[in-house]
Amino acid sequence: MSGRNLPPLSLHIPEPRFRPGDAVDFQDFDMPVAGAVPRPEIGSDPATMRDMSYAMVRVLDADGRAHGPWDPRLAPETLLKMLRHMALVRAYDERLYRAQRQGKTSFYMKCTGEEATSVAAAHALDYDDMLFPSYRQQGLLIARDWSIVDMMNQIFSNRGDRLKGRQMPIMYSVRDANFFSISGNLATQYPQAVGWAMASAARGDTRIAAVWCGEGSTAEGDFHSAMTFASVYRAPVIMNVINNQWAISSFSGFAGAEATTFAARAVGYGIAGLRVDGNDALAVYAATSWAADRARGNYGPTLIEHFTYRAEGHSTSDDPSKYRSADESSLWPLGDPIARLKQHVIALGVWDEEAHAVMDREVAEQCKAAQRESEKLGVLADGLKQPFDSMFEDVFEEMPWHLKEQAQQMHDERKAAGI
Amino acid sequence: MSEPATMNMIQAINSAIDICMGRDDQIVVLGEDVGFFGGVFKATEGLQAKYGKTRVFDTPITECGIIGVAVGMATYGLRPVPEIQFADYIYPALDQLVSEAARLRYRSAGEYTAPITVRTPFGGGIFGGQTHSQSPEGIFTHVAGLKTVIPSNPYDAKGLLISAIEDNDPVIFFEPKRIYNGPFDGQHDRPVSPWSKFPESAVPPGHYRVPLGKARVVREGGDVTILTYGTMVHVATGVVAATGIDAEIIDLRTLVPLDMETIAESVRKTGRCVVVHEATKTSGFGAELSALVQEHCFRSLEAPVQRVTGWDTPYPHSLEWAYFPGPVRLTEALKRVMQD
Repeated sequence: MSGRNLPPLSLHIPEPRFRPGDAVDFQDFDMPVAGAVPRPEIGSDPATMRDMSYAMVRVLDADGRAHGPWDPRLAPETLLKMLRHMALVRAYDERLYRAQRQGKTSFYMKCTGEEATSVAAAHALDYDDMLFPSYRQQGLLIARDWSIVDMMNQIFSNRGDRLKGRQMPIMYSVRDANFFSISGNLATQYPQAVGWAMASAARGDTRIAAVWCGEGSTAEGDFHSAMTFASVYRAPVIMNVINNQWAISSFSGFAGAEATTFAARAVGYGIAGLRVDGNDALAVYAATSWAADRARGNYGPTLIEHFTYRAEGHSTSDDPSKYRSADESSLWPLGDPIARLKQHVIALGVWDEEAHAVMDREVAEQCKAAQRESEKLGVLADGLKQPFDSMFEDVFEEMPWHLKEQAQQMHDERKAAGI
Repeated sequence: MSEPATMNMIQAINSAIDICMGRDDQIVVLGEDVGFFGGVFKATEGLQAKYGKTRVFDTPITECGIIGVAVGMATYGLRPVPEIQFADYIYPALDQLVSEAARLRYRSAGEYTAPITVRTPFGGGIFGGQTHSQSPEGIFTHVAGLKTVIPSNPYDAKGLLISAIEDNDPVIFFEPKRIYNGPFDGQHDRPVSPWSKFPESAVPPGHYRVPLGKARVVREGGDVTILTYGTMVHVATGVVAATGIDAEIIDLRTLVPLDMETIAESVRKTGRCVVVHEATKTSGFGAELSALVQEHCFRSLEAPVQRVTGWDTPYPHSLEWAYFPGPVRLTEALKRVMQD
C-alpha cells in the first residue's frame, strides 16, 4: 500500500436485483406511457433525437389499445398474420425443446417472450432485405414463411439438412429467404451486415440490411467496429440490440446497463437511436419501419434497442433458476408479446378467445405434423445421417490434395478396422 | 500481350489489382490509407482516381471491421481486396478471418462464400520492431478454409495476386515488405540492388496468372533441398552462391494448398532438406514442412531435416539482425545437414 493519506479505491462489481429465492418486485419500474414518445421525421439529424435513446417507444397500453404517433395503423389481416407467426414460433420452440429433452438432438434455444422482436421486425421489412440474425431469431424465418420442416431438418442434422449436419442446431442458413448463415461467435454478423449494406449502397441498389445481437454481445469489438463503419459511410442498415436482460447467467449490467441504455450507444456514434418496448409488436413494427424508411431514404443507419425479457433459459444447457429469481419472468412488467397483441386484436373486435384457442391448436398441430415429416429423414440421436465424404466438401471450392488424402485415409482406416 | 515492363514488387502488386479491377467491377479495395494516399507502401496508388471512391476507399482503424465488412460485401456479391496495413495488425481481425471468412462456405454448405483476398505486408528487416516485422503465416495455414500465398518477386507477385483475387475462396496474401524494392540476400550491411537489375522484374503489363499451389524451382541442385518462401528465397540464393553447395532451392509460393509433389520429388533426389522461414520456430510452418517431408520421403532422407527460422522471441528492434535467420545461420545449417 502506498501509505499516502488517500481513501482506498474500491472496485464495483455489478449485481442483479434478484437472485434465486429473492422476492421479485418491479414496483419501481418506471413504466413509459404508451403513445407518449414523439415520432421524428425519418430524415432527422441524430443530434436532434438523442432523447429517443433514453425514452421507450410503446404503442399498446395495459388494455391493449394503440396510442400515439408510433401506432403503425396496420390492417387487421396484418395484425392477425403477425399474431399467428408469433404463436407458431412459440409452438415450434415448445416442440423442438421437447425433442431435445427426449434426446433426439443435441441442443436447442427458445426465444420465448422475445417473439415480437423478430416477427414484427420481419413484417416491417421487404422480403429482399438481407437479414443477419443472431442465434435467437428463428422468428425471422417463420415470419418469412420459410418451411418449418426444413428448419427442423437442421435441428435434427438429418438427411434433409441442407447444411449437411455441420452446424449445431438453430444455426440456420437460408439464402433463399435472404437470411444469413448464423455464427456461434457473437456479434460477428454486425460488421458483416454493415458491409452488405455498404455494398448495396455502393451499387445503387434499393435493398437494405438488418442485423441482430443480444445486449450482452454489444460489448464485443465487432459491435463497435460495425457502429463506426455504419456511421462513417451512413450505411443503409438497421442494427437491432435485443436487450433480454440476461446473457446466460450474466445480467445486462455486465454489458453496461447500469450506466446507460443500449440505444444510447448510438449517441456517441452520431447514429439515430431508438429504444422500444420489445414486447409490444406494434412498437417493434413501427420502429423497424421508421428505420427502414430512413435507410432507404439514404439518411443512414439506425440502432434499435428492443427492451424485452428472456422468459426461459439461455439454451437447453442451462437452468435459469440457478442464477435468477424464478418470479422475474411471470412478473415482468412489460408482459408477454403474444398476450398483448392478442389483447389488442380482441379490443379491435377482429379476434376472440375462441379463435385464439383454435389458432393455438392449429399451430401446435402444424408443428407436430412438420416434426413427423422431418423425423422421416432421421434424427441426430439415431446416428450419422450424412455421407462421410461430405465432411471434406466445401472447405474449399475445389478439394485440395491434402483433404483428398485425409478422406482416403479415413476410408482406409475404417475399412481396416472393419467399420 | 504487350512487352514486359520493368516493375518492382509494389508496382507489380498495383498492376495486378488494377488489371483485376478493370476486368471485374465487383472488385473493391478497402483499408487504412489505401484511397487518396494510395497506401503507406503505395500498393494502391492511383486506383481511387481511376475507379472511384466507392470502389477504393479508406477505412476506420479497425481491422475487425475491415474484414467483417469485407465478408458482408462478399455476401452481397462483391469481391473485396482488403489491405491490412501490416501483418502485425491482423490480430483484431482473427475472428472474422478464422471463424467467419474461412468457414462460411463450409458452415452454409456453399450458400454463402467469402471470395476475399487479404493483402498484408509482413516480415522484418526494416527496423520495424515487434509490431511491424512479424511473420504470422503459420497462424493462418493452421486454419481450415484459408489459402496462404507468399510471393518472392515482382513477376510472381502479380501473377499470384491475380490468381488470388480470382479465386473463390478467402486468400491471405502476405507481401514480404523487405523485398518490395529489390531482392535481399541477408547481407544487411551492403546496399540492395533494385529489382530492375533482375529478370523477375520483367512483368507483363496485362493479365496473367501464376497458379496457386504450384512451387517454383529457383535453382536446381543435387545435394540438398532448401524449402523456403518470400524474402528467404533470396537469402538462400545468396548463401548457395557463396558456399558453392549444390542445393536445390524451392520457392513454395503457396503454403496452402502446398505443392507437395515438387517438394517430395526434390527431397527424394537430394536426400537432404533444410526448411527456411523468418517466422518463429515452434509450431511455425517449418514444422509442418518437416513433418510432411518425413512422412513422404523418410526412406530417402540421409540426415534429419534442419529448420532455419526466427528465434522463439518477439522481433527485437535493435537486435533485428541477430534475430533474422540470415546467411550465417543458413550456412551453418547447410553444413550440418551435409555432414550427417
